[in-house]
Amino acid sequence: MRANRTLEIGTGLFVLLGFAALLFLTTQLPASGVKFGAPRAGYHVSAEFDNIGDLKVGAPVTMAGVRVGEVEGIRFDSKDYKAVVGLRVDPQYNQIPEDSYASIQTQGLLGGKYIGISPGGLDSYLKDGSRIEQTQSAIVLESLINKFFASYSSKGGGEGQGADNHSRAESRK
Amino acid sequence: MNHSGGDGFILEGVRRLGAVTIFLVRLLLECVPALGRPRLLVHQIYNAGARSLIIIMLSGLFVGMVLGLQAFNLLQRFGSEEALGTAAALGLLKELSPVITALLFAGRAGTALTSEIGLMRATDQLTAMEVMAVDPLRHVAAPRFLGGVVAMPLLAVIFSVIGLYGAQLVGVQLMGVDQGVFWSQMQGSVGLHDVTEGVVKSLVFGVACSLIAVHEGYHAEPTAEGVGLATTRTVVASSVITLLLDYVLTAAFL
Repeated sequence: MRANRTLEIGTGLFVLLGFAALLFLTTQLPASGVKFGAPRAGYHVSAEFDNIGDLKVGAPVTMAGVRVGEVEGIRFDSKDYKAVVGLRVDPQYNQIPEDSYASIQTQGLLGGKYIGISPGGLDSYLKDGSRIEQTQSAIVLESLINKFFASYSSKGGGEGQGADNHSRAESRK
Repeated sequence: MNHSGGDGFILEGVRRLGAVTIFLVRLLLECVPALGRPRLLVHQIYNAGARSLIIIMLSGLFVGMVLGLQAFNLLQRFGSEEALGTAAALGLLKELSPVITALLFAGRAGTALTSEIGLMRATDQLTAMEVMAVDPLRHVAAPRFLGGVVAMPLLAVIFSVIGLYGAQLVGVQLMGVDQGVFWSQMQGSVGLHDVTEGVVKSLVFGVACSLIAVHEGYHAEPTAEGVGLATTRTVVASSVITLLLDYVLTAAFL
């Protein structure tokens, strides 16, 4: 009887653990965005951007390359068609000037996006609930390339096309 | 085509495939009545699953840690360490955890199944059951098969989670990838279908490995040597079939 009990407890634990793991994988991994653990300390600031690129919740917020917080939430403001990004800044960084400048930057060439804050010059500091007014949107690589090619073809377009026709004629032979 | 001996070899292979298929069908038919005896099934889930837990968790931790180290080293060359979470999660969920769990399962639980049933055969216990009008397929083989099929996906999922934390341990704590980036990049690019793919794979592996283990034991030569040979065949056949099925399933899911 005793051995039977341990067997049942063992099996129960195993099945429980298995389903807990499955629950973790299905709820935490896909971008449903359920938070891990207890909410972290810090104060909350918001900023509006025209375009956030592929900035994600959890991305770091940095000043001079040092991590000072993280992106806490992203929503779309349907009044003025902008993305409102909520930031949580760690409590020890409480002397960020109010007129600081937030921009969305890219880690490496193709890496993830993060927010960099460049300090302003005011003596009043950002506090819980305040808003960063000056922002710069994400630089979208595709539009940059498009612009480059647009300016390139307007300058030397004829020559490029000629070369293209030539090579096509070559390949036909 | 090739007459000298090759014919017999091919014929033997076909015969064995047929025998396993017939055995699978008989087993599946007995699975429904076997469900009516949940106590037997629980016992087998305990044997195949709960007792493999430690080896699965330890392996998962180290596989995850190695994955974190290797993926970090590779991604660093392209300056995209923040993709580490994605790489670790996809690698673990889709390939590593189903396959390694199946290989460990074949070695840990499959051999135990084969030698247990083989020894029952060798000591005429299965024949005795038949004489008493108790179907050994229903009372011995089917619960063990079902236990393996239930245990395998659960083990693979546990392996994935432990492996993820192993990769996080190395990537975030040792190599200094940002923790928020690690998880958010992972959440951004891992979909529910990736989890499903891993679970379906491990379910298929569970059916294959349990079937091979039970079949080899059930049809083992009733001698000490026969049981030993059957156990070896279980490990070899399970491993090869797992890797082969893995390719087929991956191709099917892509």
